[in-house]
Amino acid sequence: MSKNTRNTAFRKVDVDQYGEEVYEEDQTADEGATGPSDAEVQSMLAKGRNGDALQYVLTNAPLTSKNQGVKDKAAQTVLKVLMSLKANEIEGSLKGLDQAKQDTLMKYIYRGFENPSEGSSAQLLVWHDKLFAATGVGSIVRVLTDRKRV
Amino acid sequence: MPDTFSFGIDPLTCHAWNHDHSQLALSPNNHEVHVYKWSDGKWKLSDVLAEHVQRVTGIDWAPKSNRIVTCGVDRNAYVWTLQPDGKWKPALVILRINRAATCVKWSPLETKFAVGSGARLISVCYFEQENDWWVSKHIKKPIRSTVTCIDWHPNNILLACGSSDFKARVFSAYIKEVDEKPNATSWGSKMPFGNLMAEFSNGSGGWVHGISFSASGEKVAWVGHDSSISVVNAADGSKLTTLKTDSLPFVTLTWIKENNIVVAGYDCSPAVFSYDGENVVLIARLDDSETKQQQGSKFSAMKHFRSLDNRATVESNDTTLETVHQNTVTQVTIYAGTKANCTKCSTSGIDGQLVIWDLRSLENSGSNSA
Repeated sequence: MSKNTRNTAFRKVDVDQYGEEVYEEDQTADEGATGPSDAEVQSMLAKGRNGDALQYVLTNAPLTSKNQGVKDKAAQTVLKVLMSLKANEIEGSLKGLDQAKQDTLMKYIYRGFENPSEGSSAQLLVWHDKLFAATGVGSIVRVLTDRKRV
Repeated sequence: MPDTFSFGIDPLTCHAWNHDHSQLALSPNNHEVHVYKWSDGKWKLSDVLAEHVQRVTGIDWAPKSNRIVTCGVDRNAYVWTLQPDGKWKPALVILRINRAATCVKWSPLETKFAVGSGARLISVCYFEQENDWWVSKHIKKPIRSTVTCIDWHPNNILLACGSSDFKARVFSAYIKEVDEKPNATSWGSKMPFGNLMAEFSNGSGGWVHGISFSASGEKVAWVGHDSSISVVNAADGSKLTTLKTDSLPFVTLTWIKENNIVVAGYDCSPAVFSYDGENVVLIARLDDSETKQQQGSKFSAMKHFRSLDNRATVESNDTTLETVHQNTVTQVTIYAGTKANCTKCSTSGIDGQLVIWDLRSLENSGSNSA
């Protein structure tokens, strides 16, 4: 007879972690990535430098950070910038973006769709339409496949 | 005009040509392999190879030894030899994998073949004369997910493989029983079996769907699910160049010249890209150059209303695509020529069509469309 029939702690062991098939992501987290500074963005928007604000938030996007809080804060900042540009300014600001920034912007547009607020989706659709005209489906595919989430 | 052949409504999983493309082996998305012979201007079914019990995932036809190797979801591979009476006789190859086989390729000298699988390993198989059977050796480390595509280097030793762990790798598949000691290549000089010669990440994500060595073996190119095409030039310090395209992802590719590749995938239309050492650039879309000469790309009101009238409908529900293929292209293979100079290539896809594209007209019309 087994002596330790009362000890059921083994039921709480997570057996999946010991399976040899577990895939681990490449550990390339960048702890220094803190995202765009809110103050900087505020000052740029206040001065009316909307195009520059867009460039700034896209350049400093915390793509490699593992900190969800940093990413959330950055997403809110980007959304603020996207909302503040008027419809006729959008095309002009898109012209200055290289392909990497275009892909990042598309990621933020879809991130914005995830948490809709008053009037945000309508503005985001305008952004999406204009950016899609420039990039094609490729950037949307990359929103789905890129491991560096926004 | 590209030659189109329809083999029914079922998708064509894969296809392979014999040495003079007078015969064609393909699988219509089931456990069978159909062999067709070209006679009297069409393809006639000459044989059905039905040894697999589950879907066939790869077929390769060795041009010199005239043997067919097939692999399937049933974790098996068969080597088919043509008997004097015209029938194909299968020889089972024990791959020792516990997941489906995904792809298979004969080596350039046809002394061995490699099978990629969902068991996160590559089985390299060679024929052992004493026991009269095929033996398999495994390449496992450091592959961490399904091997989706493989391609051999012309030196019969090195093997490139793409995987769903977002990496493209070059391994040595040197088997001392069948191979001579290889000379040093741009990929390295020490090539023991299973040695990882090079490993590359596919951007920041996206499965590697197709991979191909160039004719000289100095370059390797692959396509990823992030709609990218990447080329590595080992002769130039393993420099990696990537082009992120604006179309849907490509799933298959092959080199057609030392600096040109043809790719195809979810946008149903093969395209030719060129690599000049610095950039990967789109040269032509094979659909444009072929069909534009046939009908003007302008919308014709007369044609539109006439077709509505024929069908007695009010609005047009035409779901036909403008491209030749009506669904994803899953494989592109060389039809005539070699990787160094391919004159024709063939594509097969989910629409059940096999299309042969003439690449020579590309050079002629290239100067017009450039």
